[in-house]
Amino acid sequence: MLLYSMITLGALGLIYGLGLAFASRKFHVKIDPKIEKINKILPGVNCGACGYPGCSAYAEAVVSKDEEINLCAPGGNDVVKHISEILGIKATASERKIAVIHCQSGGKDNTFLRYEYQGISTCKAAILVSGGPNFCNYGCVFQYDCVKACNFDAMLIDDNGMIQIDKDKCTGCGACAKACPRNLIELVSEKKRVHILCSSHDKGAESRKRCGNKTACIGCSICEKKCPKDAIEMVDNLAVINYDKCINCGICADNCPTNAIFDPLKEVRAKKKAEAKKKAAAAKKQAEQKS
Amino acid sequence: MDFLTQIFALAIAAIFVQNFVLARFLGLCPYIGVSKKLDSALGMGMAVIFVMTMASTFTWLIHNYLLVPLNIEFLQTIAFILTIASLVQLVEMVIQKMAPALYKALGVFLPLITTNCAVLGVAILNINEEYSFIFSILNGLFAGLGFTLVLVLMAGIRERLERAELPKSMKGMPIAMIVAGCMALAFLGFSGLKF
Repeated sequence: MLLYSMITLGALGLIYGLGLAFASRKFHVKIDPKIEKINKILPGVNCGACGYPGCSAYAEAVVSKDEEINLCAPGGNDVVKHISEILGIKATASERKIAVIHCQSGGKDNTFLRYEYQGISTCKAAILVSGGPNFCNYGCVFQYDCVKACNFDAMLIDDNGMIQIDKDKCTGCGACAKACPRNLIELVSEKKRVHILCSSHDKGAESRKRCGNKTACIGCSICEKKCPKDAIEMVDNLAVINYDKCINCGICADNCPTNAIFDPLKEVRAKKKAEAKKKAAAAKKQAEQKS
Repeated sequence: MDFLTQIFALAIAAIFVQNFVLARFLGLCPYIGVSKKLDSALGMGMAVIFVMTMASTFTWLIHNYLLVPLNIEFLQTIAFILTIASLVQLVEMVIQKMAPALYKALGVFLPLITTNCAVLGVAILNINEEYSFIFSILNGLFAGLGFTLVLVLMAGIRERLERAELPKSMKGMPIAMIVAGCMALAFLGFSGLKF
């Protein structure tokens, strides 16, 4: 009895073990080590900006489907570089993109309200209640779906209730843009600094009346005419910048009658101009002294 | 006809009356653990059906053609565990090679059930009830179906509970336990069924 049980159990174990060992050899599935390597380099936040359901799916697509290697927005150029090293492909660095909110209203002080919204606190629900709580049918309803969607703490809410984007933390993954039911958020290359911060397609008088911040685009098309590169186009009473053509000159912002165009480079440009003037004056003086 | 009636009776008994989770209280770990989402519950259920059927088949053969002739039935438990564990491993490898789509659907769950007590339970019950070979396989299949049914029901309820307004102390596991108890009570109603 003892002998039988020992032999039986031993034999069973041996057979199963050998069987498994044989099977693992025979049914071995090759997993490309490159996939694993790339998966390790990817940030692992599974944000979906690349269009794949997660980082590992993207890693597999890069190796086996020849997918572009510059689709990882949170990873940025570092990841592109590493992947190109692993695959031996030349890196084509993607431009870093940052979210821009095309609305300057949406705070407690600078929004005209139809009514006080007290329902479920998501933007999607708020805009369903007779066109949203704010008078402007295109503006931010400040229920902060975008802030909730942000995986990187890159969106902050200031004292007035306005959303501020932390440019250093923003990875350009586009989660906020997808979350915004009014499509106010756009991903723009970080090099482009001049933005039209309004999305209202209302007619001029109407949008001016409805904007609590008084910075609506009234569709006057002055910017369109003044732009030296023809980068601005009027779409249904709203000026839209074609960022491929924009050169950050800021002329549109200078001429906008409602300050709907935001130009953070104004002071920088003024300083540069003053310096250039100084230099020119100094050079003139020197030339005069020499002669 | 008699044969068919017997199979029907077996199915009703295994799925409802003697449900593995709610009447025999086997496999409670995946019942609580994998019942948070409907699709993962369904995947787990499919894997359990598959493994239970396979396990019933092979353990019956091992028992009747190896352990009984040698008079060492007391090794039943360890022999069955050994068989089931290596069987699941083997099956996992085979479907990874042969059917990658099926592997993606079942893959995560297969190793989870290698040493599940419900699987071992169905194997031992088949022997205790002295089922024939065909009946053992069918019993494994029906037991798996019963398990899947209960798991999917539970997942459906828990998905809804996520949104329900509950006292803070009841959220998550406590309410899941209470729901499990209520379901067991409901399944107790089947115990009067007889053929």
